[in-house]
Amino acid sequence: MKDYEVIIGLEVHAELSTNTKMYCNCSTSFGADPNTHCCPICTGMPGVLPVLNEKVVEYAVKAGLATNCDISRFSKQDRKNYFYPDLPKAYQTSQYDLPLCLGGHLDINVNGEKKRIGITRIHIEEDAGKLIHDAYTGDTLVDMNRCAVPLIEIVSEPDIRNADEAVAYMQTLKSILEYLNVCDCKMQEGSLRCDVNLSVRPVGQKEFGTRTETKNLNSFKAIHNLIEFETNRQIKVIEEGGKIKQETIRWDDAKGIGYAMRAKEDAHDYRYFPEPDLAPIVLSDEYVNNIKDNLPEMPHIKKERYMKEFSLPEYDADILTSSIKSANFFEKANDICNNPKAVANWIMGDFARMLNEKEIEIDESKVTPENLAELINLIDKGTISSKIAKQVFEDMFESGENAKEIVEKKGLVQMSDEGAIKELVEKVVQANPQSIADYKAGKDKAIGFLVGQIMKETKGKANPQIVNKLLLEIINK
Amino acid sequence: MSVSKEDVLHIAKLSKLNLTDEELEMYTKDLSSIVDFANQLSSIDVEGVKPTAHILNIQNVFRKDVMQPSFDREEILKNAPSKDAGCISVPKVVE
Repeated sequence: MKDYEVIIGLEVHAELSTNTKMYCNCSTSFGADPNTHCCPICTGMPGVLPVLNEKVVEYAVKAGLATNCDISRFSKQDRKNYFYPDLPKAYQTSQYDLPLCLGGHLDINVNGEKKRIGITRIHIEEDAGKLIHDAYTGDTLVDMNRCAVPLIEIVSEPDIRNADEAVAYMQTLKSILEYLNVCDCKMQEGSLRCDVNLSVRPVGQKEFGTRTETKNLNSFKAIHNLIEFETNRQIKVIEEGGKIKQETIRWDDAKGIGYAMRAKEDAHDYRYFPEPDLAPIVLSDEYVNNIKDNLPEMPHIKKERYMKEFSLPEYDADILTSSIKSANFFEKANDICNNPKAVANWIMGDFARMLNEKEIEIDESKVTPENLAELINLIDKGTISSKIAKQVFEDMFESGENAKEIVEKKGLVQMSDEGAIKELVEKVVQANPQSIADYKAGKDKAIGFLVGQIMKETKGKANPQIVNKLLLEIINK
Repeated sequence: MSVSKEDVLHIAKLSKLNLTDEELEMYTKDLSSIVDFANQLSSIDVEGVKPTAHILNIQNVFRKDVMQPSFDREEILKNAPSKDAGCISVPKVVE
């Protein structure tokens, strides 16, 4: 078999987190009863006049600047015509030849290697409605709440070569959009989703192979699995002497299989033309510079700062800053307890594991930054041992109670009273003459056993340093 | 003719229209004369004239991002020939 190179370009759709739709004052919020966020404008009634939401332009320009694009000083909107029941106007208002942002790039990290992915363009457009299949009647039901919710479409250059790079690109983009606060990036709700264009060619061949397009992937896992699947499928077809057809693939995430949708040979004849109801968008240098000067700190800058300001290892800084939510949590907690490494360890360790298990994000957890800071303070002051702290944290995670309350209620305060510990140590030493003999015969391991016995007696509450100190004193007397 | 029968059939298909033979003849003739009429513009020298993005001399017509109540659902669905469960009901869309 020949070696193949995989060529991937992504078209990412991000719903903008504006209050209102693109051209009318209807709400954009997710999950409302069907057709309750609708008006004559977003349902395409004749004779209405759409007016562009100013935030849509601002958010798109922010995304463009954060991805190193040139911002067009003159831009217009166009109609993209196609018939489908989710599109009541029978055209989607989009941008064709004069998009808002052009020619940017994003740097991604894959297995420690930095790679630059080109961004062709970012344009604004409206979302379509939702189609629900009615299993009972066999009909299709149309919910127009999502019609004209504003989107940006971010089109990458075909610079991506495998599934890992695609996922890294998507993660980097998600993190930037979250930092900018222009998209809530809830992939499971479809507010961030992507289309994958993929082709393969034998290594050394100059021309691209025929590509397929898979639409609306809404999880990193789906993107990864589709790319692996489609790469293998295309190579197999070519190896068996077949030809790749230019078609749209539908990805069945549950089954892990992609299959070709019915070919729509005319589907790409969109007959774009300038939108006569909407005025051109002309941006001044002042407008663009003002947005540029007020962009929030971006992930890679924040990462550098964490390494410098908090002396965190690159690994820690990378993980903490990969999402604005964990970065905010980290900063808030550290402001209170001033122990950056401890906060980082918690966020990356047990906390992350428990969030993963529950499949929730850090800001959805019952543990607040204040609670975590208090827990770390309790450890730092010696009130509880780090072993007990893990137990307290699990309680905090489940109940949302604060650390102090849990420690007091459950009597978990660390035993640091030398007199009380000494009594226990003497008792354990007396009960274990064999271990003492072993230790005196040079078996240092015996000490570990004895410490274990003492910790067991105190349910882990004895201060281990004091236990060690007293134990050695007594044995060596 | 500046518009062929094939062009008209293609446009009809994109527009989800079924044309009879007579209609096909008629539209081919009508569309051709419309295109011919518009094509007169091609004879004008537009050297140095910028493409027009909008016929009126306006730009930057925006609105504030402030929510207002939407229409009642009954009102929105009033013209739908068929509705079910608060939605417009359409024949099954095959994907």
